[in-house]
Amino acid sequence: MKTIGDMKIGETAKVARLHGEGAVKRRIMDMGLTKGAQVTVRKVAPLGDPIELTVRGYELSIRKDEAAKVEVE
Amino acid sequence: MSIKIALAGNPNSGKTTLFNALTGSDQYVGNWPGVTVEKKDGILQGRKDVVIQDLPGIYSLSPYSLEEKVSRRFLVEENPDAIINIVDGTNIERNLYLSTQLAELGIPMVMAVNMMDVVRKNGDKIDFARIAKALNCEVVGISAVKNEGGRDAAMKAVELAEKGAARKSEVPHVFSGSVEHAIAHIEESIQGKVRKSAIRWYAIKIFERDREIISDLGIGVGDLKHIEEHIRDCERELDDDAESIITSQRYEFIKNLMDKSLTKSEKRRNKATLSDRIDKIVTNRILALPIFILSLCAMWWIAVAEGGPGTVLTDWANDGFLGDGWHLPFTTHEVDGRDYGTACEDYAKAEATIKAWEAGEKTASVEDEETGETAEEWQVDEAAYNAAKAVEEPDPSAYGVWVPGIGALIGGALEKMGVNDTVASLVNDGAWGGVSTVLGFVPVIFVVFLFLSFLEDCGYMARVAFIMDRLFRKFGLSGKSFIPMIVGKGCGVPAVMAARTIENKRDQRMTIILATFIPCGAKTVIIAMFAAVFFREMWYVAPLMDVIGIAIIVLGGIALKKSSAFAGDPAPFVMELPAYHMPTLSGIWHHTWNRVKAYMLKAGMIIFPACVFLWFIMNYDFHFNLVGADGIDRSMLATMGGWIAWFFAPLGFGTWQGAAASVSAEIAKEQATATLGLVAAGFDGATTASNITALFGTFSDYPKLAAMSFMLFNLFIPPCMVAIAVTFREMGSKAWGWFAVGFQLLVGYVLAMSVYQIGMFCAGGSFGVWTAVAILADIAAAWFVLRPARKEAR
Repeated sequence: MKTIGDMKIGETAKVARLHGEGAVKRRIMDMGLTKGAQVTVRKVAPLGDPIELTVRGYELSIRKDEAAKVEVE
Repeated sequence: MSIKIALAGNPNSGKTTLFNALTGSDQYVGNWPGVTVEKKDGILQGRKDVVIQDLPGIYSLSPYSLEEKVSRRFLVEENPDAIINIVDGTNIERNLYLSTQLAELGIPMVMAVNMMDVVRKNGDKIDFARIAKALNCEVVGISAVKNEGGRDAAMKAVELAEKGAARKSEVPHVFSGSVEHAIAHIEESIQGKVRKSAIRWYAIKIFERDREIISDLGIGVGDLKHIEEHIRDCERELDDDAESIITSQRYEFIKNLMDKSLTKSEKRRNKATLSDRIDKIVTNRILALPIFILSLCAMWWIAVAEGGPGTVLTDWANDGFLGDGWHLPFTTHEVDGRDYGTACEDYAKAEATIKAWEAGEKTASVEDEETGETAEEWQVDEAAYNAAKAVEEPDPSAYGVWVPGIGALIGGALEKMGVNDTVASLVNDGAWGGVSTVLGFVPVIFVVFLFLSFLEDCGYMARVAFIMDRLFRKFGLSGKSFIPMIVGKGCGVPAVMAARTIENKRDQRMTIILATFIPCGAKTVIIAMFAAVFFREMWYVAPLMDVIGIAIIVLGGIALKKSSAFAGDPAPFVMELPAYHMPTLSGIWHHTWNRVKAYMLKAGMIIFPACVFLWFIMNYDFHFNLVGADGIDRSMLATMGGWIAWFFAPLGFGTWQGAAASVSAEIAKEQATATLGLVAAGFDGATTASNITALFGTFSDYPKLAAMSFMLFNLFIPPCMVAIAVTFREMGSKAWGWFAVGFQLLVGYVLAMSVYQIGMFCAGGSFGVWTAVAILADIAAAWFVLRPARKEAR
């Protein structure tokens, strides 16, 4: 299983499925990281976490813990 | 009957700008009942009968954040007459996600597509008619920054509202066949339980298994079981959970709609936007930290640095505008080769010479105002005495255009009217003293928020959180907590208020509790005095206090994070990094002015009476005779200090003097040194410094330890009452306010007690009850920091 956490900077992939549950998962989905969404990893914060993504045409920042719950194709 | 219009939209969509443009200054800012989420409403300009309710910036109507709960409760329960949904035209895909949910509420809606100036400049085209048809609402293009179209959108909303529930057709159906089928079944079973036009919204929420809605509606067990079967069928068919199905199908619907209605300009498609280019530099792995440090230095300069706008304006407000008076800038000039400040110093020296000679002494001296030590000493003889007598008090108006301060004007007026001393003192020092304490903080709040609003509005604040998150979440804080702590080095009042920029309530509360542990500008006066009087050989005392402050923040954060008050799900860090843009002046102005106004009205109400009360008990005895500064030992404060002295006994200064100094420090922290100087004056030593040394000699057999304990106590207990009042206001609830003050008092008390008791034992003192208490308290504190984190409660 490959997740956003495994993607390299500059890599683009399609979201396959979200793991986890509750508030954090819903929040991630509300922000547009849903099944079928195109996501690009833009950069990593200077201290190594969180990461910055481009999804649905805007910049979104999530922690690596959360990125590891988003499975990509 | 007034018309109620709700203004809803994503954060960073320009909602606040539009709200300000529509309502002008006719705004009311408060909190939503029971929560600390800000509530703003205002009257539509030119239409006294139209109230615009600004909802918090939200991404969705899910039940997981306070802002979302507040917004959807308002929308479904208050049933506004119309909704203005502001949408960022440059980021339309994600913005429409909220729009699809708002459309289901069955409330007439106008979609205001904002930032059309940028969309046009980029060469993109948006097909409004198609979106209007798909979501069954009116669509208007606006540019809130350029003040274009906002009013048209509002008037259209008023028109829709006046027509009443004029829903042209059904609300949009965005889901696939089987989901729509299940939703239809749910609608059937809740008919009559909810407002008819909003039935679809409720049905979708039930499909998502939204616990709040299900329990609110009180659906029967049988119905619920039936509904659950339909949901399960869908989940099986689509191999996903209900919540995921709804969110992803919404986004699919929007994606399809966008494919048809948004035409991106060809030439721009592959070109980086200006914002991208800025971001490449600002959060670049190498440059991010230097740029970040640079912006912190700017913050530091504004709020803390000597000679920066914060300190200069504060001094001007306190000493000049509200105090004695001030020279108009650029009008000052020297007289006989001296400026006004030097002339005043010379006059003070001459006075000292006269006093010394008349008292028969051979030397005269002046003291340093802050430390109470001898600053300069010289021989006096008859010639010097006669020369000194010839020195006249300098007239400030001879040195430039002198503007008298309000304090001086009031004092002068009272003197002219021949009012008796007691009343004059009550009016001038008591009442006016209270008002000027409140007003004295306005300049620093103002400049700090001017800068913070700029950081926030231009989009950099989100990057601050992005850069610092990793470091700060280790001790339960947000990356944005860094800003209040920097501001706190200058003054705790704007620091507590600056915590508002933290969206997450838990992080905000924790930041408020901890930020004031950084010794502020007023506390450095205490440090300066004690360092000079008691710890001359310990050059590191002042930096050590900062280190202790930081250590308390880190350890306190870790301990609080594990406490039941802050336990629960960790805050998700899923944050939009908004595109950079140039903030508007009016936006920054509104933002800043709202903060200043809230401070003056809400916090001022508490500070003013408290100030007057403290001043009163310091200057009057129990027979209501004015005792003044010299008679402080007869004041009510002295008597009351005697009553509570026992509380300070374990700290080594359990005397009325120690108590009085600590209590009076709540007016303003530097008051502690002034009060100590006054109560020690009876020792008749050569200098205030020697008096204070003598005073602490009477406190304890270990005066240095008592002094250290006194200093630590006054630095690390709750801040001055202005900051406390602001803490209560920003916490939004009394319970949280008391929690903060209680925690801070506990930390300061245990720290001072530990240093005094354990220090005494190490210095060869006996092992007493309080030594044991101090050790136990430290063990308890260590346990709170080191204990394993709670299992996440679900």
